[in-house]
Amino acid sequence: MKIEANNVRVSYGSEQVLKGITMSIKKNTVTAFIGPSGCGKSTFLRCFNRMNDLIETCKVEGEIMIDESDIYHPKVNINELRKSVGMVFQKPNPFPKSIFENVAYGLRINGVTNKKYIEEKVEWAIKQAALWDEVKDKLKKSAFALSGGQQQRLCIARALAVEPSILLMDEPASALDPISTTKIEELIYNLKASYTIIIVTHNMQQATRTSDKTAFFYMGDLIEYDDTRTLFTNPKKQKTQNYITGRFG
Amino acid sequence: MEETLEKPVGNKKPKMTFESKGRTVYYQMQDRIFKYFALAATSLGLIVLVLLLYSVFENGFGRLDWDFITSLPSKRASKAGIYTAWTGTLWIMFLTTIIAFPIGVSAGIYLEEYSSRNRMANLIEINIANLAGVPSIIYGLLGLEVFARFLNLGASVLTGSLTLALLILPIIIVSTREAIKTVPYTLREASFALGASKWQTIWNQVLPASVPGIITGVILAISRAIGETAPLIVIGALTYVPFAPTSPMDEFTVMPIQIFNWVSRPQKAFAENAAAAIIVLLSITFVMNAIAVYLRHRSQKKVKW
Ligand SMILES: Nc1ncnc2c1ncn2[C@@H]1O[C@H](COP(=O)(O)OP(=O)(O)O)[C@@H](O)[C@H]1O
Ligand SMILES: [Mg+2]
Repeated sequence: MKIEANNVRVSYGSEQVLKGITMSIKKNTVTAFIGPSGCGKSTFLRCFNRMNDLIETCKVEGEIMIDESDIYHPKVNINELRKSVGMVFQKPNPFPKSIFENVAYGLRINGVTNKKYIEEKVEWAIKQAALWDEVKDKLKKSAFALSGGQQQRLCIARALAVEPSILLMDEPASALDPISTTKIEELIYNLKASYTIIIVTHNMQQATRTSDKTAFFYMGDLIEYDDTRTLFTNPKKQKTQNYITGRFG
Repeated sequence: MEETLEKPVGNKKPKMTFESKGRTVYYQMQDRIFKYFALAATSLGLIVLVLLLYSVFENGFGRLDWDFITSLPSKRASKAGIYTAWTGTLWIMFLTTIIAFPIGVSAGIYLEEYSSRNRMANLIEINIANLAGVPSIIYGLLGLEVFARFLNLGASVLTGSLTLALLILPIIIVSTREAIKTVPYTLREASFALGASKWQTIWNQVLPASVPGIITGVILAISRAIGETAPLIVIGALTYVPFAPTSPMDEFTVMPIQIFNWVSRPQKAFAENAAAAIIVLLSITFVMNAIAVYLRHRSQKKVKW
């Protein structure tokens, strides 16, 4: 499996925010998107599950191929696409339902009704998100009773329950405390075996700790894309150098 | 106040004071004046209400008994009852609700979730807001022309319900929209990101979270409908019907019309009847509000914020 973006251009109304991005992402890797705020990281990330379609003014051009198929093809069912490309948002956004129902939601909207299957799947997903021990006795409690870090792992479990092959994460730890952040990072590391992960972060240590490849964006352009180690130790572009040494951003 | 600043205490440093001075005094006064004004306004409303209730209960309570509730109307005040009136009101309430609720809520959902923000949507929006302010007698005229005459439904319960449904539609639409607006966008996003369709998202996330607001709006609207007199008189609802309605096509009267009829008689005995009927009408409204509070509470518990 492979993700390929070809000359992706995105604009909001008349304002172009991505100016032709081309990159390819390999299976079971973690790719970090870094760059100063407003450079288009989130916008690009949201192209992969077509969340941008929800914004009326947003126009996406170019081509994105997942597994050789064009996800912007008119025949593509957007809901099916989103089932295989899960997403975790910057701020934990659990549903105002019980912990169990949060994770079961993706199954229920898929028409799964087998109670046993749902229970097993929910348990599996919560375990995958390294949250099981903390919530196994209070699955019926509101998701809002959890801490921010737990809520975010619940959101990850919720996304995993529908068995996506790709997981998009938009600054998943930026609203969390350091301990929760560490947990999320460990989780990302462990999930790599089974998922292809793209993570947006403005924390460069986080990028080095979690990712195999890093893409540096600047004002709507992809400036540099390389192995994380190489990009941080031996950047080829001056702009990347300036950014990672903290000279701007 | 200023003095304390000048008087050094112990060493040279002037003592700090946190007392009001200058502008803060003025702000504090403003605060206090507004507080008393608001208190006075609230008490005025309460006092008027209590006086009203007192006068109604004093006049009507003695007249209120089981016979009064189960008797048909009569020319003799002491024999007259409100059976036809309250059954009429219940019929109207029931039919108005089942007509206005689905249409109003659907329209609210459509406007909030589906319609795109163009000039047409704006036009509809402005008109709905305007409709909420149209005097109810105008709805009566519309009902008379369209339902009673053109659709040939006559002065029936159905005509009355359709007319009142029109009257309360804008209220239901507006309160549905307001309720839906309070549902955070992040909730929809989370649902869409899991592959939910628009309808699944609305049905499973948006509506449950906005049900308390919607129910409150609908019940307020119905409470308004059962107090309406003018439009029903215009469509030809009678002040005297010998029998309680048994189908939507029957003639009817409602509590406010009956009350209006009795109040306009010179005899004191009829005034007592009116007061007793008012107590019953108030009780119906009260029960409705209690139901609203209960339903709200229940639906709020289901949504686990
Ligand atoms: N919904 C939107 N409507 C209009 N402009 C937007 C919207 N979302 C983002 N933008 C603009 O697009 C640019 C890129 O934003 P974003 O992708 O969120 O950047 P990043 O995630 O890198 O901080 C910014 O200039 C931002 O103002
Ligand atoms: Mg962003």
